[in-house]
Amino acid sequence: VIEWTPGGIPSIHRVSKSVNLNSSYLKKKQCFTGQMQEIMKWNGWGYVDSKFQFNKKGQAEFTGKRYRLSGMVMPALKEWFESTFGASLQHKTPASAIPNSSAVQPPILNEAFVEDLKSTGIPFSQDAEDRVFRAHGHCLHEIFALREGKVGRVPDMVVWPSNHNDVVKIVELACKHNVCLIPYGGGTSVSSALECPPEETRTIVSVDTSQMNRILWIDEKNLTAHVEAGIVGQELERLLNESGYCTGHEPDSMEFSSLGGWVATRASGMKKNIYGNIEDLVVHIRMVTPQGVIEKSCQGPRMSTGPDIHHFILGSEGTLGVVTEVTMKIRPMPEYQKYGSVVFPNFEQGVACLREVLTLITNVFAGHALKPQKFYITKFKGFDPNRLCVATLLFEGDRERVLQHEKQVYDIAAKFGGLAAGEDNGQRGYMLTFVIAYLRDLGMDYYVIGESFETSVPWDRVLDICRNVKERIIRECKERGVQFPPLSTCRVTQTYDAGACVYFYFAFNYRGLSDPVHVYEQVEHAARDEILANGGSLSHHHGVGKLRKEWMRETVSRVGMGMLKSVKDYVDPGNIFGNRNLL
Amino acid sequence: MLKKRDDFEDILEERRNCSDLRYALKCYTPVVYKGLTPCKAGVLKNMVLQSDQLHYVINQVSKETGKAPEDVQEEASAILEEMAHRMQLSTVRFFAFTLCKVFKTLFRSICVNEEGIQRLQQAIQEHPVVLLPSHRSYMDFLLMSYILFTYDLALPVIAAGMDFMGMKIVGEMLRMSGAFFIRRSFGGDKLYWAVFSEYVKTILKNGLAPVEFFLEGTRSRTAKSLTPKLGLLNIVMDPFLKGEVFDINVVPVSISYERILEETLYARELLGVPKPKESTSGLFKARRVLSEDYGSIHVYFGQPVSVRSLAEGRVNRCQFNLTPRHIPKRPSDDVHSFVNAAAYRLVRAQEENMVLKPWVLLASLLLQNHHQDLDQDRLTEEALWLRDVCRQYGAFLHWPDHVPPSEVVSSSLDLHRGLVRISEGRVPAGPSGPGVHPGAGPEEQLLNQAVVVLSCASYRNQALHVFLRPALLASAMHIATSSNKQEVFNSFSFLRNMFSNEFILCPGATMQDFEEACFLLVKTGVLQITEQEVLSTHRGHRTLAFLTRMMDPFLQGYQVICMFLCEEASEALTEKTFIPAVRGFMVKQLLSGRLRYTEVLSSDLQKNALAALLRLGAVLKTKGADQTTLKVNRVMVNSLEDTLGKKPLQHLWFEFSS
Repeated sequence: VIEWTPGGIPSIHRVSKSVNLNSSYLKKKQCFTGQMQEIMKWNGWGYVDSKFQFNKKGQAEFTGKRYRLSGMVMPALKEWFESTFGASLQHKTPASAIPNSSAVQPPILNEAFVEDLKSTGIPFSQDAEDRVFRAHGHCLHEIFALREGKVGRVPDMVVWPSNHNDVVKIVELACKHNVCLIPYGGGTSVSSALECPPEETRTIVSVDTSQMNRILWIDEKNLTAHVEAGIVGQELERLLNESGYCTGHEPDSMEFSSLGGWVATRASGMKKNIYGNIEDLVVHIRMVTPQGVIEKSCQGPRMSTGPDIHHFILGSEGTLGVVTEVTMKIRPMPEYQKYGSVVFPNFEQGVACLREVLTLITNVFAGHALKPQKFYITKFKGFDPNRLCVATLLFEGDRERVLQHEKQVYDIAAKFGGLAAGEDNGQRGYMLTFVIAYLRDLGMDYYVIGESFETSVPWDRVLDICRNVKERIIRECKERGVQFPPLSTCRVTQTYDAGACVYFYFAFNYRGLSDPVHVYEQVEHAARDEILANGGSLSHHHGVGKLRKEWMRETVSRVGMGMLKSVKDYVDPGNIFGNRNLL
Repeated sequence: MLKKRDDFEDILEERRNCSDLRYALKCYTPVVYKGLTPCKAGVLKNMVLQSDQLHYVINQVSKETGKAPEDVQEEASAILEEMAHRMQLSTVRFFAFTLCKVFKTLFRSICVNEEGIQRLQQAIQEHPVVLLPSHRSYMDFLLMSYILFTYDLALPVIAAGMDFMGMKIVGEMLRMSGAFFIRRSFGGDKLYWAVFSEYVKTILKNGLAPVEFFLEGTRSRTAKSLTPKLGLLNIVMDPFLKGEVFDINVVPVSISYERILEETLYARELLGVPKPKESTSGLFKARRVLSEDYGSIHVYFGQPVSVRSLAEGRVNRCQFNLTPRHIPKRPSDDVHSFVNAAAYRLVRAQEENMVLKPWVLLASLLLQNHHQDLDQDRLTEEALWLRDVCRQYGAFLHWPDHVPPSEVVSSSLDLHRGLVRISEGRVPAGPSGPGVHPGAGPEEQLLNQAVVVLSCASYRNQALHVFLRPALLASAMHIATSSNKQEVFNSFSFLRNMFSNEFILCPGATMQDFEEACFLLVKTGVLQITEQEVLSTHRGHRTLAFLTRMMDPFLQGYQVICMFLCEEASEALTEKTFIPAVRGFMVKQLLSGRLRYTEVLSSDLQKNALAALLRLGAVLKTKGADQTTLKVNRVMVNSLEDTLGKKPLQHLWFEFSS
């Protein structure tokens, strides 16, 4: 159980203003190595100053000043941590302290390319730290290896284009000199997409888009904004809010993930019920490929011009080119926002309720997440604490309609045995979304490793898939010699007319195992098999990367693979964008 | 080859020492499935009637027939009413009390493997459970429920044939002890199928009770395992394949009777005396049986088999992703072959744990002895030899090693004195029960003799699975034109194919079976197998002779049927007249001395042979207006006949008997 002192929580999405990723600031500073590194962990999630830790009294606290949770002490976390995982504060597995530059292979440099690049004036770096920083995403095995100071194949150099034209130049030079390019946005991938293929012998250049972070224009007549693709989520929202607008796209990683990354992975945000997923939000995309620039000739809201070329780009995972600019839909900031929460006696009732809510209400109901089991609400009158489940709710829109729909939702919930559990709990639930990733780092300090993975599934399969995958995880752990019962839980995070997105959380105490990461990977693999066998998709929004490539053929059929391959062959015959994701 | 098997405990022993009434009224609190949400019988019916599956079929039927959906719904409800069990603990207790009394009179002991019970208890908690007992007697399902009640385990709901419903009071009582009734055939009736399958699945998915049914579909009259029926197995595997449960545990149960209550009843039935319709009064007539000694029963609860692990790598469950799961669909080819293979595996698991009594060996030996009277010492010596062979083959033989062998033999003969007469320490040639009256006409005498022979054969058949593969190899060596390994394999493969309706031979496992047979016979020093050749050793003769003789009645039976089809069968032969016509032909052959084995008169063998010939295309069915005629492909039947008996029949027996 995590508890913290309650209090007025203004907006959980807004992170403290002390983060300053202002583009002008970065522009003034001509040294590009390390803006991100300085405030971000190199071997864990998020900001250096923010993390869970046990203080000298053995109480958990969250450091820093950035989040509502920051500076708070959570006495119950220790007990939860110890009882859930059988972990102990005595048994520590600290990470190696500093990035070990000597472990990094010297760069393979294509001198001719470097010479030509120099002449363009685009900043680049061959510094080991910069290269390591961009050689990974946030898969368990990636972070685990970093914590042990192990580094595999990393990019040989990093370049920082500052606009579309820079990217065009870089891609041209890469083609000319046969250099491998890997686009890099926020680095929040959880599909091994950023891992450098170990067999790649060419120079690998990480194209860091973080300097392409401006809103180029806002069109209030058409409610669109034209934005450079390197901008990260929270910055985009902050800048739009200044003009009274928002995109409403809020993936859990929005503090760090970039617009280009969203496009490249088909991202989804928790408020998609009002605003839509990334594919619904983009009006125009500009991408630089080895064959040249691909974009549409106009910004018509919909076209019938053959297969939508945007859909070759959305989800291409950096295999075709670099997304440089995107025109996005924007909306006026909501007049009124209200959180809420409902406690259900069990997960089954909760799912049935969400389904019903969805068929009756649209527009105002922004998002929700449904979690079984105890996490932040443990006791509720008359409910079995082992079975109860909490739905967190967020309503946005004009005040009257919000209140009207809120009532409607609670009425429906009541039909399913759900009881309103207050705004605070709802808000906490949402806040947890952002700090949950930090929890994994805490676990990793004490022999606990874990990860979450997601799928999408038709409504009639939701309960079955949850039960079967959770059980499969538990059984696989047992069979593979995990000494402690694992945490195996799930939640419904998105709803659609035809189904839902389900997240699985899986973590275990690995004391006594010689190769915990391998065990973890085997279990996750088995869990994915189980997901597919139960009618779930390979991924709802995390993408395929290299982690889930092996299932692509059965997922999209042999012909489907052929279509994707032929696109790749035409667009990038020299495999310049050689991250080897997806196909 | 000795397999690890559990020990038995006699559950009647305690009953002989303390009050049956107290036992029947004992506190009964079985462990249940961990995911169980308890529900009453009425709720169960509603769950079935309101299921998406049933709704879909009701609408479909309504569209097809033009009946109003409400009327179809009514029909469904009536079907369910007719089918559903109404388990009541009081009735169960009544049965427990009565059965105690009956069992104690009939049987010396009822032995159960306790470890199996513990495994079952564990399995019931973890996943929904399906119980698959072997089926040799009416007694089987009462016995099962009795044992489960005794061990405080969840009582199963049992799929029973509709014919029990004819027994008014008893039918209702069985219903109240957990039986549900299904019609024997409802091939085209969509609605019936939907109600039935949904009923079973609802019980299973929710873990309301273990579901019990007989894989073999009906009682085996021959004590050979029957080719498994797939209907119900398909239904119970469906919830796993569609992801509605994480796993299902299937528990094969082997029930072996030292003496079967229905022994001569079965033999008569196989000889064409029609089976008496189940009726309450008929059951009471069976009271005569109460005065006799039926030895002991062994019930072995096998290792629970996880359907998930059976399906691993064999079925792609993604195939159910693209249509809503409530729409009924024929099983795809891979599901069908998976369920079929699983069914065979489960029947073999039943076979493996069948307990064989010494009498089974004696019956096997007596059936092979046509020439001279055996004195009991010789019989004992042969039995000891066979006992050792049996053990080498891994049979589950209960031979009391602490008792002198001669006593074992005489007490076995005594228990089965209805089938074998001993005069002055000599056992006459062939089985000879008191039913053989010297005064009767030749045909009647033959049939009376046949009743005894078929009864004995039903005991030998209990051991068939132990010898089957080596015996097929022995016969294959015999009919093969040379000892060339490939030729022997071809003959083996031919026989295996020919007899796959007769014995439990897993489809597609020819190679494994051949290797298993070779392994056993080489290991026991009977054969030498080189790269090229399969050769018998000197000391292997006795075993080979025994094995070949074991198969002979079957070979001869099939051969005679082929002969009949070529020589006697008229154009007007129909499916219905086939059995009587074959039987008539065989009686003639037997009386004229051209046929040795009266066993071939078994209608089971005749049906199996016809099924095999139809399967091989040697006989074709043509459906007429009111009957199905059989068209014989004489060339093919002739060639099969030749292959089955490379040499004239008479010689078969002498070949190894030197």
